[in-house]
Amino acid sequence: MTTTEIDRLIQLLSKLPGLGPRSARRAALHLIKNRESLMKPLGLAMEAAAENVQTCSTCGNLDTANPCAICTDVKRDTAKICVVEEVADLWALERTASFNGLYHILGGVLSPLDGVGPDDLTLDSLIARARGDEVTEIILATSATVDGKTTAHYITDRLEDAGVTVSALAHGIPVGGELDYLDDGTLSAAMKERRGI
Amino acid sequence: MNWSDIGIVLSARKHGEGSAIVSLMTPAHGRHAGLVRGGSGKRARGIYEAGNLVSVEWRARLEDHLGAFTCELLQPQAALYLDDSLRLAGLSSACAVLEMALPEREPHPEIYESLFSFIANLSEDTWLEEYVRWELDLLADLGFGLDLSSCASTGQSDELIYVSPKSGQAVSTNAGEPYKDKLLALPDFLMNGLESAPTIDFNALYLGLNLTGYFMSRHVFIHHKNGEPPARTRLVDRVKQKHTISSR
Repeated sequence: MTTTEIDRLIQLLSKLPGLGPRSARRAALHLIKNRESLMKPLGLAMEAAAENVQTCSTCGNLDTANPCAICTDVKRDTAKICVVEEVADLWALERTASFNGLYHILGGVLSPLDGVGPDDLTLDSLIARARGDEVTEIILATSATVDGKTTAHYITDRLEDAGVTVSALAHGIPVGGELDYLDDGTLSAAMKERRGI
Repeated sequence: MNWSDIGIVLSARKHGEGSAIVSLMTPAHGRHAGLVRGGSGKRARGIYEAGNLVSVEWRARLEDHLGAFTCELLQPQAALYLDDSLRLAGLSSACAVLEMALPEREPHPEIYESLFSFIANLSEDTWLEEYVRWELDLLADLGFGLDLSSCASTGQSDELIYVSPKSGQAVSTNAGEPYKDKLLALPDFLMNGLESAPTIDFNALYLGLNLTGYFMSRHVFIHHKNGEPPARTRLVDRVKQKHTISSR
């Protein structure tokens, strides 16, 4: 028999992405079994994060400082701003260490079906940043989906008179990808965007 | 219950964590929605982009259930136009208009064929003229067709340059002159075919979209609380922008 506290823990865990009631029950049991080594540190970490993590007022990143560590890093190239949909996309790009500029998080993409319009995204602050003296290039790193690209085209239009270069990420064959296993859409796009070597 | 068909993806809405509710335009079953398990996951998301052609199998316990789709990508049309802002806007607009205009599960094979043909010819230079004609055909198929064959006032079949917003019938130059501020412009390419315009005339295209948009709003979009779909508004804005640039 479970107690109210355990039920509540399972119920809250089951709300996490990727966890259903069954896996939440397993996670709760694992936490309880590892009370000192996992459960208490996790609780403290969650409390600290809930208290201290905030949204950067400049780029929309999550950090304990505002502006965030990326925006205040003097080693970064402030002439380039990479526009991403969500914080997870920023983290993905940061993992690659291939970009040393600043970021701007849109907070989603234009999606009429989900009721997301231009006013629901952080477009005004992006345009204000793009008009800044130091900025020379805006890199659009939205998803290669109809909604993602529609958003990218919309931003390009809005940035037309901002005096910056607007570029977008390439899409094609991934590193290690075999043609036989690629989806038709990627293969078609790669063929269409082929270039000389 | 189950059936197999082909279909053009009109929309895909995320459902739960990994699934999607996908709306397809099929020749035999009309606009039909279904649940795709894993449809918004990383592997399958590319299949359910608006405009893609898929083969589909629908299964449900009862006929009026939402049911589940199993799809296989046949033609990745969306991927071909992701970097072409105007064509992508046209493709999105066509899908959004159909999503709004058609009742569910009512076969419209002519509309399916015209959408298929429009998407297949999207790479042609005349695709925007085709889009305007496609909307005219859609209006006709829904029972709100325009009569562009003769003048509503004089009956003459030449010099037709206006359309009456009330009757949807063409009006000639002379008959329409006193009321020209109230009449809708009838672009030349709708009367004389595509060959009449050697270069892309964005003003004529804008007028064409304005014409079909007026009747779409009056007969189709009026039944929806949000009016014209944003995808169509964006297409019209882009054409208007092109017209402004080309006329500078």
